[in-house]
Amino acid sequence: MSNNAALKDLIIKMADDELILGHRNSEWTGLGPVMEEDIAFSSMAQDKIGHAWALYRILHEDLGGEHPDRFAFIRSEKAFQSSHLVELPNGEYDFSLMRHFLFDQAETVRYESLQNSSFAPFQLLSKKVKGELKYHTLHADAWIMQLSNAGEESYARMQTALNNTIALAAGIFEASPEHEATLIADKVYPGEKELYHRWQERIYPVLVKSSLNLPDMSTITPVYGGRQGFHTEYLQPLLKEMGEVFNLDTEASW
Amino acid sequence: MSQTISIAAVYESLEHVMDPEIPVLSVIDLGMITGVDMVADGVHIKMIPTFAACPAVSYIQHNIKTVVENELGIAVTVEIDKQVHWESNRMTDAAKEKLKNFGIAPPQILEGEVRAEIMLHTPCPHCGSEQTYLRSPFGSTLCRAIHFCKSCGQVFEQFKPLE
Repeated sequence: MSNNAALKDLIIKMADDELILGHRNSEWTGLGPVMEEDIAFSSMAQDKIGHAWALYRILHEDLGGEHPDRFAFIRSEKAFQSSHLVELPNGEYDFSLMRHFLFDQAETVRYESLQNSSFAPFQLLSKKVKGELKYHTLHADAWIMQLSNAGEESYARMQTALNNTIALAAGIFEASPEHEATLIADKVYPGEKELYHRWQERIYPVLVKSSLNLPDMSTITPVYGGRQGFHTEYLQPLLKEMGEVFNLDTEASW
Repeated sequence: MSQTISIAAVYESLEHVMDPEIPVLSVIDLGMITGVDMVADGVHIKMIPTFAACPAVSYIQHNIKTVVENELGIAVTVEIDKQVHWESNRMTDAAKEKLKNFGIAPPQILEGEVRAEIMLHTPCPHCGSEQTYLRSPFGSTLCRAIHFCKSCGQVFEQFKPLE
């Protein structure tokens, strides 16, 4: 295929987001505010890392890439294409929940669109992932609505979290200047601009039910850079920790 | 020897391969087997995981190989079938009964997509009451959700419906 480089670019940015956010979600294990939330974030971590693995496997098996484990654990920071949104530390629970809501809704519109992809491995994977994501968005929507309707302090915190997270979340939809036109022309996916639009339509009704005000999207500046290898100061320490065991002996068989 | 072994015998043997997380259900009960083919040097079995990130997949794959090889004395290869994806409607009625007796509510039959409403009033596996509510869509394993029964006052798990 002539557009292998474009496909790889898209897969890597999707997979890296899943891997890094999966890692962040797993940091709630043992620390969740209530037991069910501890379990929820741990389960979602497992799902995300599973989705990353499935994407890295497509790279490996269909596009001649490296073995998923090596690709995930040995790459340099610069070679990662994760968005800044997923790299940030968990902070308070309001930020983690808001990030989860904005990211998983974005992921949902993306996988929905991939059901019609011209790239067959995307069609197969998206069917599987889409069903699983239902539970992520069910969880996210429920908590966003409940906490926003739970009193003054709670509402204020959720609104602040939304205000602080929206530009970062918009950064998920950073198109690759080199490959975007090819991917759209080849009908691999509808393109970041279209997904950005669908995502806003998806999150809006939940925000309305939560009485949260979506900032004027025309005034925000999406936080770009991650897709081009420019990262926050938080990614490198995360990569070091994540690959600590693997890098003790990269040839070991687990 | 392999000529005398039928596909039916392989399926029968597969009923003895249990799910490590729910040991009362076999890979047949769960609908995880998508194909059995007799090949020149043994049997080729195709399977699918329930959830994409199920950590037990390679363990189950290994169990299938070991059990069928031991019981039937033929070489077994097990492949993950990428053409088919698992949905909870694949679970047999017998499996749902076994699940309930094990204390886990079975998944509702799905017509179309999963909607939030389907997770309400899941019958309690302990007392049968439908006065229940969803406490969390995530439970002790990826395939389970946590509910609470208002009638008998117990928390229970459900094998959740999956499209």
